[in-house]
Amino acid sequence: MEIPLSTDQSLLRDTARKFLESQVPLTAVRGLESNLEGFERDWWRDASELGWTSLLVPEHLGGGSVSEHGLLDLVLIAEEFGRAVGPGPLLPVNVVAAALSRSDNRTMCDEILPGLMSGREIAAWAFYEGGGAWDGQSVKLRAERGGSHFELTGQKTMVEAGYGADHYFVTALTDEGLMNCILPAGSPGLTVTPMQSLDLVRRFAHLDFDHVLVSDESVLAGPDEVEESIAWLLRLALVLQCHETNGAISRVFEMTLDYAENRYAFGRTLGSYQALKHRFADMKMWLEGCHGIATHAARAVANGTADSRELTCAAKAYVGERSTDLIEDCVQLHGGIGVTWEHDLHLYLRRATTNRVTYGTPQEHREQIARLLDL
Amino acid sequence: MSDPANAFPMATEVPTAPTSGMEDVDAFRARSRRWLAENMTPLHQREAQAAPRNDDDDVQHARDLMARIYEAGFAGICFPKQYGGQGLSVAHMRAWSEEAQHYEMPSRFNTPTMTIIMPTLLDYGSEAQKMEHIPKTLRGEELWVQFLSEPTGGSDLAGAITKATPNGQGFIVNGSKIWSTEAHCSDYCLCLCRTNWDVPKHQGLSMLLLKIHQPGIHVEQIRQVDGSMEFCQEFLDDVAVPLENLVGAEDDGWAVALRLLHHERAAVGKASPFGVTMPMGITVQVGARRAVSGAEDPLVEMTKQLNLGSDPVVRQLVAQGRILSLIQSALVERVSTGIESGVFPSSAGALQKLSNATTGIARSELALEIAGTGAAAWLKPGLVSQQAAFFLGRQALGLAGGSNEIQRNIISERVLGLPREWAPDKGVPFKDVRRNTMPTRDSA
Repeated sequence: MEIPLSTDQSLLRDTARKFLESQVPLTAVRGLESNLEGFERDWWRDASELGWTSLLVPEHLGGGSVSEHGLLDLVLIAEEFGRAVGPGPLLPVNVVAAALSRSDNRTMCDEILPGLMSGREIAAWAFYEGGGAWDGQSVKLRAERGGSHFELTGQKTMVEAGYGADHYFVTALTDEGLMNCILPAGSPGLTVTPMQSLDLVRRFAHLDFDHVLVSDESVLAGPDEVEESIAWLLRLALVLQCHETNGAISRVFEMTLDYAENRYAFGRTLGSYQALKHRFADMKMWLEGCHGIATHAARAVANGTADSRELTCAAKAYVGERSTDLIEDCVQLHGGIGVTWEHDLHLYLRRATTNRVTYGTPQEHREQIARLLDL
Repeated sequence: MSDPANAFPMATEVPTAPTSGMEDVDAFRARSRRWLAENMTPLHQREAQAAPRNDDDDVQHARDLMARIYEAGFAGICFPKQYGGQGLSVAHMRAWSEEAQHYEMPSRFNTPTMTIIMPTLLDYGSEAQKMEHIPKTLRGEELWVQFLSEPTGGSDLAGAITKATPNGQGFIVNGSKIWSTEAHCSDYCLCLCRTNWDVPKHQGLSMLLLKIHQPGIHVEQIRQVDGSMEFCQEFLDDVAVPLENLVGAEDDGWAVALRLLHHERAAVGKASPFGVTMPMGITVQVGARRAVSGAEDPLVEMTKQLNLGSDPVVRQLVAQGRILSLIQSALVERVSTGIESGVFPSSAGALQKLSNATTGIARSELALEIAGTGAAAWLKPGLVSQQAAFFLGRQALGLAGGSNEIQRNIISERVLGLPREWAPDKGVPFKDVRRNTMPTRDSA
């Protein structure tokens, strides 16, 4: 998150925080544990009415943002989402909306964007296939050319919000190279299996494609533009993910600092012990490093500067690892209560751990940076 | 104790943007660009010419460059005109710095001389001190150091025991100072001394302005573990200091010291407008080198030299080093912006200091890991031997200018608001406080 925020951005953030606190407090998040989609559709419609799914859509397609860059507004929402361990498909819906907006496929935009922006419909990004890295080179899902269509055969996994989604944004491999397309839920030959997940409310699905037909009109990016498109969408996803994680660790840090100031041992507060004070100082430094790099990455992606690849990879690699270090240390500072189901810390640890390992692990992103350094 | 910045307006408040009567920034930039191209050496040429030089030659060269910049009217851009400065805004300083970054600059004059000591003189110096020293410094005639730390203690700065005894005309100074950077080839210093032993420690200090090379002051260079000789220790033996060399009020030296620390934080945070130039872009210090971009990162360079680029483990290590550099510069920028906009207290500068040290230490660890066995012995010195030497002295990053532990105290107490450490010297006359014994030149 930028500091300082503009008045409009502060308002956007405060509204999001109040909405999340009142509509989905942690007790409500816990209540969604056995909900198959992990969120209530009515609630998502209300959230979307606040503009949360329109920020990456340009005005002429019905979207709009508070500041010049929708992404710099959306990261504020993502951070609040992290503070609240919010339920709902914030990342996939926004990435798919951005992909639609970027394509010049007006038919698909008109057909799908209104539903996503109003929150009536959900879209998931079916990209990762397991095993390899989270990048285009690992995509093996076959798209066989038919007459005026493709036939998709293969599988996708770890598809966020994939169970119950209304649309799937799919990256597949044609004879000419990769392509992005969008297809509706219920397409013949498509089997969606819900996965069990670490996060209490963030759901993933496994998708099997058995000769699933996709019409040419549903193609959003062909081989000549798809690589750049995928790279950009991944950067968007990483920026949102890092900000969400930063929201989570900010909240955990506050909770733990508060605990240390009010918990007594041997007649003095925990926060008065130098051994613990120094750990809080280190955590504060990590926290500001996480915020700093995520902000740099967001700005670079929003402005499309040349360093956006390196900065998003650096943000993911650093935030991914530091976030779980920080939360685990906060668990340690809480003592035994920190490893109970009853305490809320694990909700945050689940979210941060999920974020650490999805959309590329820190190790994968370090490898990306090594490539950017010409090694 | 309160930051004196809050007590009264400081002379070092500089307008960020031009005010009426100032030269237009674009015109100033164009004038800077022209003059630099005609009068200064581009960095790439300078590096090609550079041969090993001794300190005296280096200092003289920096003095000559300072004089040249002063004569052309580009020295002390944010210093008031009456003291030889240009009386311009931070915007002018940035424009000049952007133009000057590709040229050789007398950067030796930056810190502490121009970014820390001169602004403190502006804030606390007498009119006579300012008239005497600021113009000469801007002309390259005076190079300054700080005499703050002592052999008996560095972190507990206010516990200084170098004594200045009033004798009617001024003070007689006895004691020892240490970790002053390149005092052996500098001209003047600000020296923190104890003038009153009957009051608590912060209330009995005074700041004196001293000529370094004079009878009674003996300067010894300290050899560091990496072989470098940039730090010095000084022994002061019955040094007579006239009253007019007192900076600030007698027994009020702590306020002056805090002001030095304030300006130091700005310098470390790359936010000081008082240097020869302001630092531009990403600069992460790794030993003696600065990594501006990934391509110039010594970890990358070393990996290529050693042909380890295809080793998957080494690739991870190099990338981790690069990431840490990027985090460090992002953190510095964030905290500086936060302090400027009032979101963070000024003590948040300790986050930058701690991050700089922990980043450098972590990167040194990565460098050794990449260097491997080659770090133990070599036929010809090179990047590997440099990194090996740096590894031995790397903890200096977490000690110089305030230890990591002190930064962690500052962050936890002043940024996060956790309780202060118990201090048995609080409110006690300093003569009754338990302390170390000052070594003499013979005993040291």
